[in-house]
Amino acid sequence: MISLTVNQKIYQLDVDPEMPLLWALREVIGLTGTKFGCGVAQCGACVVHLNGEAVRSCVTKCDRANHQAITTIEGLSKNNDHPLQLAWNEENVPQCGYCHSGQIMSAAVLLRENPSPTDQDIDDAMAGNICRCGTYPRIRKAIHLAAKLNGGKGDLK
Amino acid sequence: MKFSAHKSGYKKTIALSVIFLAITIMALALNVTETPPLNKRSPTKILKDSIASVTAFKKVYRVLMSPRCMNCHPAGDIPLQGDDSHLHTMSPKRGLEGKGLYAMKCSNCHQPSNSPGLHTPPGNPNWHLPPANMKMIFQGRSPYELAKQLIDKKQNGHKDLQQLIEHADDGLVRSAWNPGPGRTKPPLSHAEFKKTWKEWLYKGAYAPKK
Repeated sequence: MISLTVNQKIYQLDVDPEMPLLWALREVIGLTGTKFGCGVAQCGACVVHLNGEAVRSCVTKCDRANHQAITTIEGLSKNNDHPLQLAWNEENVPQCGYCHSGQIMSAAVLLRENPSPTDQDIDDAMAGNICRCGTYPRIRKAIHLAAKLNGGKGDLK
Repeated sequence: MKFSAHKSGYKKTIALSVIFLAITIMALALNVTETPPLNKRSPTKILKDSIASVTAFKKVYRVLMSPRCMNCHPAGDIPLQGDDSHLHTMSPKRGLEGKGLYAMKCSNCHQPSNSPGLHTPPGNPNWHLPPANMKMIFQGRSPYELAKQLIDKKQNGHKDLQQLIEHADDGLVRSAWNPGPGRTKPPLSHAEFKKTWKEWLYKGAYAPKK
């Protein structure tokens, strides 16, 4: 039995400990905001927070997440009002949108650790999140805006 | 008679001196010493032999410069990937502690064990690069440079002789021999590497000329 605390709710799952966390989130729990992209930790579409770190859930086994705290895009804020979500809306960042839950979850770790990131900081943090639509300029702009909305404070999730 | 006796004593003194000198020269030639050069506290006995030591290091060097070792000892702040040691495609940065930055920390992708399948992240619970204040660069180092660097505590992570020997059994070092599918192992087995590594160190940790 695997116990996952997802978005502050505890789930007891009768799954193979080797099952990728992404499968458990999407197929067993039903949280489909997190996307399957490459399946080999190369694209970033599946990023969720495991104890606050932006792990790739496609290669993270349930065994590693057992009894740990997981946050998905659905749990990033209560009312979709995380500064990043507001900024993403404001800047109309997504095109197809498929990669953006991963993009936002990665950006959330960046802003938590660096409330006022430079362009270089953003590149360093986001280099592993690929966007086939090429929305990178808007992603960068939105991260700067989110930092501004949050007043440069590091109290984000 | 007196002159003869004096002459005989003189000859004995000369002969003893020559013998003593010969023994000293032989001892120096063999470079025998019981003082470890790297750590005076270490009980390890060093039997200096520059030829054997350098010969061992040449084998050690081939292992350390193999992709499985060198890829995480890059000259820059981005690790290397693959048997051709190209820059890591996602461009993760070293970070202060060598564990990556922000959303690009090593353990975000590199799991405690190898992920299954080709082109998936190899794993280890302690996956990291050397820290920013002690980069321990292998890439581009000549055998001479690398040997000198490895025994310099200011460049080797403050390791003394015993710690250097123990480092051959470090979990992350050993993972080079369990690289996951599609990755070439170092040119020596781990047992051969460890034996050769110790041989290099115990024989005096000599550096090749170049």
